[in-house]
Amino acid sequence: MSLVYAGILSHAPGITGRAHLVDNEPVRDAFYASLEKQRLEIEATGAEALIVIAAEHFANFFMDNMPAYCLGIGDKHKGPIEDSEWLKIAKTEIPGAPDLATRLVNSVMQTVDVAYSEEWQCDHGIMVPLNFLTPGYDLPVIPVNINCQGPPLTPMSRVWQFGEALRKACDEEAEKIAIVGTGGISHWPATPDSGKINETWDRSFLDQLMQQDKDKLLSYVDEEVYAQAGQGGFEIRTLIAAAAAAKGKGDLQFYTAELPIFAVGCTVARFDISA
Amino acid sequence: MSLYQVQKFLYNLNRDEQMQQVFADNKNKVLANYDLTEEEHAALEYGDIGLLYVLGVNGQILMHYAAYLQIEWFDYLQAMRDGVDKHGPVRAGIYAMTGGGKLFARTPRSGKGESFQ
Repeated sequence: MSLVYAGILSHAPGITGRAHLVDNEPVRDAFYASLEKQRLEIEATGAEALIVIAAEHFANFFMDNMPAYCLGIGDKHKGPIEDSEWLKIAKTEIPGAPDLATRLVNSVMQTVDVAYSEEWQCDHGIMVPLNFLTPGYDLPVIPVNINCQGPPLTPMSRVWQFGEALRKACDEEAEKIAIVGTGGISHWPATPDSGKINETWDRSFLDQLMQQDKDKLLSYVDEEVYAQAGQGGFEIRTLIAAAAAAKGKGDLQFYTAELPIFAVGCTVARFDISA
Repeated sequence: MSLYQVQKFLYNLNRDEQMQQVFADNKNKVLANYDLTEEEHAALEYGDIGLLYVLGVNGQILMHYAAYLQIEWFDYLQAMRDGVDKHGPVRAGIYAMTGGGKLFARTPRSGKGESFQ
């Protein structure tokens, strides 16, 4: 078994970019402490590569050619594409894992068609997690994007299959691999409603995710998600894929809806991968 | 198709620092490469966040563009509200304003965020 860690975390740009605007510092700092704990847990596994399952935010693809799933197989990735001062993350290069990533693509595409890219540009969706999980950018990263922005979007059943295929691919390799899924739950980012959070919906979804309630997770349809959780809720695909890869139940280590300046319910969780 | 062109321009601009420099030097020359209406051309020429939001530009693309323009966060949110007030509801896409113009993003000093329900 080469998968050594599976978890989830939030990635909203405000988590780094608007940290100075928070006036609920104790909650913010507790969230940051949970992210640091997650970093230490990954480090303790001896992970040699980190797969980040994120949501495409138009850093790499546009509607002229939008893949449902894509893996970054380059030897390095660039980011962030956003203004550095806005995101409060300096532009940098992140090491890739080209050989391993290519082997993963070969395995995953036996069951789920995936695209690949050797020229990956990271936006906040990947840079914010990396800022906390590998701040020295010394851990090879394999970025993965799921289209959560440009409908039509991949169905949840396919997301689950993708997560399972990714797990199978990891288990075929000798390297120790960590996976994190990073997306928002309910949120209305990049609208005037930014900061709106449906905590009840979030907690229900997270409970289903932690319990590996596959039937419930696969029953989500975008029309209902949009009504209850906003267009940002489409990103649950990244979290569901991580759960499918993990196979085991989850431990919700942190959740709060009390940082609306971050525009999302801030979340950290770890899954059991022993199954 | 025209909204597609607006978004394609912004997508290209957001991720290409060389294009950003060329655009800063000569906006009309760069915009001439895209099939835009007069309204769209003006919105892009003058960085009209409110109108671009109402036209239906995807929020992620527009947010990155606002960051490129170095617009402060609350000014950016207000610009979108002002756009709706001036031009009406968002015309396309998945980033409509649904909160009636309410401000959700600020954490009250009491410590508890404003609830959704």
